[in-house]
Amino acid sequence: MGDYSLWSVVKNGLTGNKSWKPAWRKAAPKPSYDVIIVGGGGHGLATAYYLAREHGITNVAVVERGLIGQGSVGRNTTIVRSNYLLPENSRFYEWSLKLWEGLSQELNYNVMFSQRGVLNLAHTPSQLDQYAQRGNAMRLGGIDAELLAREDIARLCPGIDLSPNARFPIEGGLFQPRAGTARHDAVAWGLAYAADRMGVDIIETCEVTGFIRDGSAITGVETSRGEIRAPKVGVAVAGMTSEVMRKAGVERLPIESHILQAFVSEPVKPLIDTVVTFGAGHMYVSQSDKGGLVFGGNLDYYNSYAQRGNLPIVQEVASELLAVFPNLGRLKLLRSWGGVMDMSMDGSPIITTGPLPGLFLNCGWCYGGFKATPGSGWCFAWTIAHDEPHARNAAFTLDRFHAGTVIDEKGAGAAPRLH
Amino acid sequence: MLIPCPVCGLRDSGEFTTGGDASIVRPAFDDGDEAAWAAAVYDRSNPLGAHEEYWHHVHGCRHWLIVARDTQTHAVFGARLAGAWAGYQSGAPSDKPGPD
Repeated sequence: MGDYSLWSVVKNGLTGNKSWKPAWRKAAPKPSYDVIIVGGGGHGLATAYYLAREHGITNVAVVERGLIGQGSVGRNTTIVRSNYLLPENSRFYEWSLKLWEGLSQELNYNVMFSQRGVLNLAHTPSQLDQYAQRGNAMRLGGIDAELLAREDIARLCPGIDLSPNARFPIEGGLFQPRAGTARHDAVAWGLAYAADRMGVDIIETCEVTGFIRDGSAITGVETSRGEIRAPKVGVAVAGMTSEVMRKAGVERLPIESHILQAFVSEPVKPLIDTVVTFGAGHMYVSQSDKGGLVFGGNLDYYNSYAQRGNLPIVQEVASELLAVFPNLGRLKLLRSWGGVMDMSMDGSPIITTGPLPGLFLNCGWCYGGFKATPGSGWCFAWTIAHDEPHARNAAFTLDRFHAGTVIDEKGAGAAPRLH
Repeated sequence: MLIPCPVCGLRDSGEFTTGGDASIVRPAFDDGDEAAWAAAVYDRSNPLGAHEEYWHHVHGCRHWLIVARDTQTHAVFGARLAGAWAGYQSGAPSDKPGPD
């Protein structure tokens, strides 16, 4: 039994809440570990968690430059789904979705995973045909998908403008009922808590400044808190991938860092009880448990490490939201922020051994990192433990770009800002 | 973000579209070296800090520019024309041909 239960809430409530332990220790680095994970985001924490849980490797350090939850794990729009077309992607993301379904129980931490569904709106007959193709591909892969007519959408989400006078009239949609949202901060805290309880050291404010090498092999990291050695080092630093890998002597990767903005409105009464995506541009919106509408859209398109964006995309995304929900015209924006995306050259991730001996790389998550959190950690942990990828991530290699086996879900080509 | 277009002056970035990393050098079209082509198409330095990139002044003079910009602060250091107009300065006489 974990720390959190009805019994522990009652007991601590009656005794002044004085015996709670911190969700994770403020660990100081030891000189050596079996595995070091660079990056304490969702994927790094999930990797450490599954290393301990699935492979019995508990002598693990997660080194994080900032604090847990400060990076993109706390900046995304919290959407979880597996509605992909290509088999490599749909297989991986469906595995991740299945892990999400049991995650709160497994972690003994409520990540508030809410399977409220994701509705992709189609605005032309040809787009609806494409959605039918994608839905069929999903169903053939054992994933739930429903093609919806306008009347179905009216029942599912009454706020959507379904009139023929809409700026981009809606033809129908593709719905994945098992998709949904999760509380992103709780995911970071829950994974950190569960990993910590199995013995993983989560070392915050510990920036990797270099790699320790033995010949060509990586045998540890130099950090702002001293040297830490391990025969295996996994890098899961998302938007900072290029800069961290440069410290290991890898100068060029099929990755560009881009800025993605997200927005939340003032809280309102329940209005949207699913996730709605706009198909005539790019916008996705859901309503948080506090009532705020959480939404986002396209990248700002230019390379950026800034964690903040510019105004043109704010206007674009807001106008797309109003094209679907004209009734939100008087709603006030509460906050906006940005996160750095590791955009890969084909829009699909990289979970692989190498590119140096002793090194393992997890990156290229584009917009899709949050929903992949448990799947990515599970596959990366397997890859680190077995020194080879699992079948679920075997296609997500680094050399696929030079080998001509790219996984281009969108068919956008080698233009990372368009994925 | 404001971009100093050499033709139009200081303009809002919303008038432009981006064209990505300007440091990439493509092999010659008759070069059969697949690794060199793959590197040019897929591999990026992706620096934190100074970065040269193509921007197209699509809602302005429609010139392609090479903009020097900081990817961490979004500071724009300068812009120059790309392609056949490279080296052109607004107001200066030019013997350059028309745009390519």
